[in-house]
Amino acid sequence: MIRALALVAFLIVWAAVSYGNRSLQAMNPILLPTPGEVVAVAVSLARDGSLERHLLVSSLRIAEGFGLAAVTALALGVLVGLYTPARLAVEPVIEFVRPIPPLAFLPMFLVWFGLGETSKVAFITYTTFFPMFVGITAGLLRVDIMLLRAAASLGATRLQLLRRVVVPAALPGIVVALRLGFGLAIFVIVGAEFMGADAGLGHLIMEGRVFFNPAQIVMGALLLGILGSLVNGLLLAAERRALRWRALR
Amino acid sequence: MSTVTDLVQWGLRGASQPRRRALALRVGAVLAFLGLWSLASGLVVLLELFNPIFLAGPWLVLGKVVQLAANGELWEHVGATLLRVLVGFTSGAVLALALGLPAGHFRAVRNALEPIVELFRPIPPLAMLPLFIVWVGIGETSKIAFITYATFFPMFLSTVHAVQQVDPLLLRAASSLGARRTQLFVRVVLPAALPEILTGIRLGVALSFFVIVISEFIGAEQGLGYLINDGRNFFLVPQMLGAAIVLGLLGYGGNALVVLVERRWLRWEHPASA
Amino acid sequence: MSTAGVGGAGGARVQIEGVHKSFTLDGRSTPALIDISLEVQAGELLCLLGPSGCGKSTLLNIVAGFIPPTRGRVLVDGTPITGPGPERGVVFQEYVLFPWLTVTQNVEFGPRLMGVPAARCREITARYLEMVGLSEHATKFPVQLSGGMKQRVAIARALANSPSIVLMDEPFGALDAQTREIMQEELSRIQRVEHKTIVFVTHSIREAVYLADRVVVMTSSPGRIKEVFPIKLPETRNRFAPEFTHYESEITRVVKEEVAKVHE
Repeated sequence: MIRALALVAFLIVWAAVSYGNRSLQAMNPILLPTPGEVVAVAVSLARDGSLERHLLVSSLRIAEGFGLAAVTALALGVLVGLYTPARLAVEPVIEFVRPIPPLAFLPMFLVWFGLGETSKVAFITYTTFFPMFVGITAGLLRVDIMLLRAAASLGATRLQLLRRVVVPAALPGIVVALRLGFGLAIFVIVGAEFMGADAGLGHLIMEGRVFFNPAQIVMGALLLGILGSLVNGLLLAAERRALRWRALR
Repeated sequence: MSTVTDLVQWGLRGASQPRRRALALRVGAVLAFLGLWSLASGLVVLLELFNPIFLAGPWLVLGKVVQLAANGELWEHVGATLLRVLVGFTSGAVLALALGLPAGHFRAVRNALEPIVELFRPIPPLAMLPLFIVWVGIGETSKIAFITYATFFPMFLSTVHAVQQVDPLLLRAASSLGARRTQLFVRVVLPAALPEILTGIRLGVALSFFVIVISEFIGAEQGLGYLINDGRNFFLVPQMLGAAIVLGLLGYGGNALVVLVERRWLRWEHPASA
Repeated sequence: MSTAGVGGAGGARVQIEGVHKSFTLDGRSTPALIDISLEVQAGELLCLLGPSGCGKSTLLNIVAGFIPPTRGRVLVDGTPITGPGPERGVVFQEYVLFPWLTVTQNVEFGPRLMGVPAARCREITARYLEMVGLSEHATKFPVQLSGGMKQRVAIARALANSPSIVLMDEPFGALDAQTREIMQEELSRIQRVEHKTIVFVTHSIREAVYLADRVVVMTSSPGRIKEVFPIKLPETRNRFAPEFTHYESEITRVVKEEVAKVHE
C-alpha cells in the first residue's frame, strides 16, 4: 500500500519538477526528461520492434550466462562441499580471485571473445559463478551436525544422510545463493552492454548518453528496474513455496 | 567421501587439520594455480595454439606491474582511482548515516524516505552512470557522484536496519537508570547499532571498488580502469591483468582497513580473555 | 529481612491504586489485570507470585513505567509515575547489560548519566562490585561472564543508582538450579545490608518463601490479587526448617488452585 502511494507521490514530484522546469527554463530542459518524454521513447522504440529486440537480447544473455554459472556452481559446489580435500584445494584460489571486481575483467573478455554474444555471456557466467559457488558451499557446510547425528541414530546410511538430511537442510542457503547470483547478473549486464555491444538494454542506455537523450537513459533504467524486480519477485515466490516449512510459525 | 562416522563427528566440514598442514595445503594450492597458469601460457607458445598474447603467464603480468611501478605510471593511476573511491565512498557514507540514523529512529522519517529508496533499489546503479555523465559531464565529478549514488542505498538500508534492531530491553534498562531521549540515542542506540552499521560500511567499500572500474572505462585518462580498457586497443594483456590484480589488492586493502576499525571499536564482541 | 521503616516516613513506598490493564488485539480487548491495589512498605521485599500469564510481569512493567495502566495509577514516594525513571531500578530476567561496556562501565552508567563526578562514580562502583563479589572482574566485558555473574552486575548496576525501589522480574529465571539458589542467598545477604524496597516477580514458591517479607499470590488470567501471605521468618532462613516448609505448603495449596484453572 505504502509502495503504491510512494510511487504516485514520486511521479507527481517528478512531473511537477520536470514540467515546471520546462516553463521556468531553470535548467536545460533536455537534462530533465518528463515522464511523458520517457514514455514516448518507450512507445517509439516499441513501435519499430527494437524495444522488444533489446529486451530479448539482454534477457537471453542473462539467462544463458546465469544458467551456465548456476549449473557449474552447483556441480562444483556440491563437489567441494562434500569432499573436504577439494575444498581445501579450491578455497585459497577462490580467495585470490574474489577480491578482483569482475567488471575489471570485462575488457579481457572482449579481447578473448570479441564483440559478439559470447563475450557477454561468458562475462556474466564468470561474474555470477563465484558468489553463487561460495554461497552454495557455505549452505552445504552450514548443515547442522546435530541433524546428521539425529538421522544417523535413526539408522541412516551415508547415502540417506546426504539425500534426506544434507540436501533439504542446505536447500535454503543454496536457493538464496542462486537468487543473489541472479540479482548480480542484472546488476552487471548493463555494464557489460555499455561497451562493445550494439544491442541490449545497456546499449540503449549508453546510446542515450551518446545522442544526448536522457529520456532514453531513464527509460532504459526504469525498464531494467521493472524487469529485475519482476523476476526477483518470481524467484522469491518460488523460494517461499519450496521452503514452506521455514515460514510456518 | 566422508563415511557416516566422519559425518557425525565433524559434519560436512571434515576434521580440522593441524595448522601446519592446513597452511601447507593453502600455499600449495596457490602455487599449483600459478603453476598451471604458467604451464598453460607456456603450452600456448610451444604448441602455437593461438596468439600467445591472449594468455600471458604470471611472470609477464608481474613484470608489467613492476615496470609500471618503477616508472611511476602505476602510482598515478592508483592515485586517481583511490581518490575517486575515497571521495565517492565517503560522501555516500556520510549521506547514508545522516539520513539513515534519523530514519531508523523516527518512524516519520522512515516512512517518508523508505518508499523512495525502495523505488530506486531495483534499478542497477550502473544504469544511471550515463545519466550522471550527461548531467555533469565526463570529468571527475560524474565519477565521484556515481560512486556516491551507488554506495548510498545499501549503506542507508543497513544503517536503518541496524538502528531498528536495537534490543528494546536495552532502552528500557537505560531509561530505568535515568537516561533521557538524547542520552538514549547517543549512549545506547548508537553503540548497539554500530556492529551492523560497520558491516554496511564494509559492503559500501567493496561496492565502491566494484563500480569504479566501469566509470573509468568511459571517459577517463587516468585510473586503473583506464589502464585496463586502454590495454584493449593493443592487446596489452599483461597490463590488463596486472591492473585488475592491483585493483583487487586495493579492494582487499580497503576491506582490511574496515575490519581493523571493527576490531578496535567492537573489541567488546571478542575481547582477549584476561 | 526486617520490615523496619528506614528513615523518613517509614510507611508505603509504593502505592498501587486500582490498577487495571487490558490489551487490545485486533479490536478485541483482553483484560490482563483487574483492580490491583497494593502498598509496598519501605525496606520490604514483596513477592508477586502466580501461574504463567497471571499478569505479574505486566504489573511490574506498569510500576516500572514501561507500559501505562488502562485504569488506576501508581505512586512512588507519593508522586504518580509517568514513565520509567531512575528512582525505580529494574533487574531483568535477561540481564540486559550493555554489551559494549565493561562491568565497571555498566555499573557506573546511572551515576554518570546523572553527572556524578568521576571520582565519586568510581567509589560507588567499587563498593557495589565488592558487594556482589565481582571486584576482580571489573574490566571484563559481558560476553566474558557467566549467567550468574551477569546478573550480579545487573543487580550492582541497579543498586549503584540509589533507586527508591528495585523491581526484579524473575531475575534468576535464566540460571541453572544451583546458581539460582546461590543468587537467592546473595540477594538475601545484600538486602540485610541495604534494606532496599524490592518488588520481586517469580513463579517459584520456594524462592518466594526464601526471600520475601510478604508474598502476594495472584489469580490466573485475568490477574487479581488472590491472597497475601506475610512471611514471619528470621532474616537468615533455613530452607529445611518446619516453619519454612509450612509456608511453602500453604502457598502451594493456594497457587495450585489457580494453576489448575490455567490448565483447564
